[in-house]
Amino acid sequence: MTLAPPPSSRVQLTEDGKLRHFLSVEHLPRSLLEDILDTAASFVDVGGRAIKKVPLLRGKTVVNLFFESSTRTRSTFELAAKRLSADVLNLDIAKSATSKGETLLDTLRNLEAMAADMFVVRHQDSGAPFFIANEVTPRVAVINAGDGRHAHPTQAMLDMYTIRHYKGGFAGLRVAIVGDILHSRVARSQIHALNILGAEEVRLIGPRTLLPTDVEQLGVTVFTDMAQGLKDVDVVIMLRLQKERMDSALLPSEGEFFRLYGLNNEKLRHARPDAIVMHPGPINRGVEIASEVADGPRSVILNQVTFGIAVRMAVMSMTISGQESNPDHGGDHGR
Amino acid sequence: MRWNQAQIDSLLDGMAEALTLDSGEPPPSLVGIQSGGAWVAEALNQRLSTPLPLGRLDVSFYRDDFDTRGLKRSVKPSDLPFDVDGANLVLVDDVLMTGRTIRAAMNELFDFGRPASIRLAVLFDIGHRQLPIRADICGETLALPPHQRVELAGPAPLTAEIRDIRPEE
Repeated sequence: MTLAPPPSSRVQLTEDGKLRHFLSVEHLPRSLLEDILDTAASFVDVGGRAIKKVPLLRGKTVVNLFFESSTRTRSTFELAAKRLSADVLNLDIAKSATSKGETLLDTLRNLEAMAADMFVVRHQDSGAPFFIANEVTPRVAVINAGDGRHAHPTQAMLDMYTIRHYKGGFAGLRVAIVGDILHSRVARSQIHALNILGAEEVRLIGPRTLLPTDVEQLGVTVFTDMAQGLKDVDVVIMLRLQKERMDSALLPSEGEFFRLYGLNNEKLRHARPDAIVMHPGPINRGVEIASEVADGPRSVILNQVTFGIAVRMAVMSMTISGQESNPDHGGDHGR
Repeated sequence: MRWNQAQIDSLLDGMAEALTLDSGEPPPSLVGIQSGGAWVAEALNQRLSTPLPLGRLDVSFYRDDFDTRGLKRSVKPSDLPFDVDGANLVLVDDVLMTGRTIRAAMNELFDFGRPASIRLAVLFDIGHRQLPIRADICGETLALPPHQRVELAGPAPLTAEIRDIRPEE
């Protein structure tokens, strides 16, 4: 099954430009991405309180619909929903109904009958969350938690939050994304987000076999050499090398990959002295990143996880808000 | 109707005086509700002989009208740079009307801790209350018809005017 995502962001936005689904950062206006980051900043503060919970989504039901298993992403979405006081249902579809022959639409209708207010969808097929967003009843929000090789927009936004937190903004920034770009939905979403937010230069570094053809059309500079690619960058984003790709003749060996593209302190010297190192996790130590870097002073990998909860809280509350709010009700709040 | 800076200043002077007389032990901390209430709290603090600890609260995540109105576009972080547990708090807002904002603010404050007391100071009270909430300190009480609001502009200079609300509000 291949479901091509529709080219426009029309399905994601209400008539007055509010977010009602969050499926891809592509084609979204810069002001909206900035709204997500600003709202997330307030939620970061909630995570530091004695009671790390706000009543915003009290009485709402969030369904984590994972057709492809993922512990970390699912847990952070679950925690984000719980900190918004929503009720959470985790469905690991990979192991359940569809294996008994139920179709995606039947699964969806059943969950709607349970009065779900939001689906957080991860699917191995690109475009599946768009399909679901087009099919759900009005007032149900859909968030893409990763679809095929297409997009992982909340991961990209938490990366943008992390970059803005440490670098203050995007103007003049050089950002390098390193590793398996070809199979990475994270990289695609990051490239779009960085370009929309106005980063100076987005560089992709990796072996030719792991770079999509025509990738330059996305507005990036491509390097196959780490030393050249990392020169004077402000941000280094390492991607996870999916070990299952090793079998497919795209790579010689883990050792060879690490020698050429693994980030260690020596290669990191080419970046700016204040460069930060990011990774979407889970990290493969000694494959794409050395422990000396992952645990080193420039690594912000664990901070990304913390910010990720706040960014997901922001996206969840904004999409539910986009579903709920009546465009006729703009303007001032009652006193 | 408009209030210029001098007129707002004189309302603030009266409120600061009431706050001083009413202060008790331990000295209270001020909590301004974003954005107008935070401006008023700041302006009150400048009038006190000894400035009080000052915090800011954005009640957007605690509002009871999220279902109908959604999330405000720009939510600011709440910032309470003092321990709420056991504190005497003075909640400050620019305009008191239904009381729902104040209820949301009290709910949020209790997620930070258990204050010893909370009092309420507002620049304008325009009536139309929907909850059993009243101001302990009030700059000016107005009787406005339902289609009118007071709007504060700031932070400097602070001025205010009465305007008609649009029909859809």
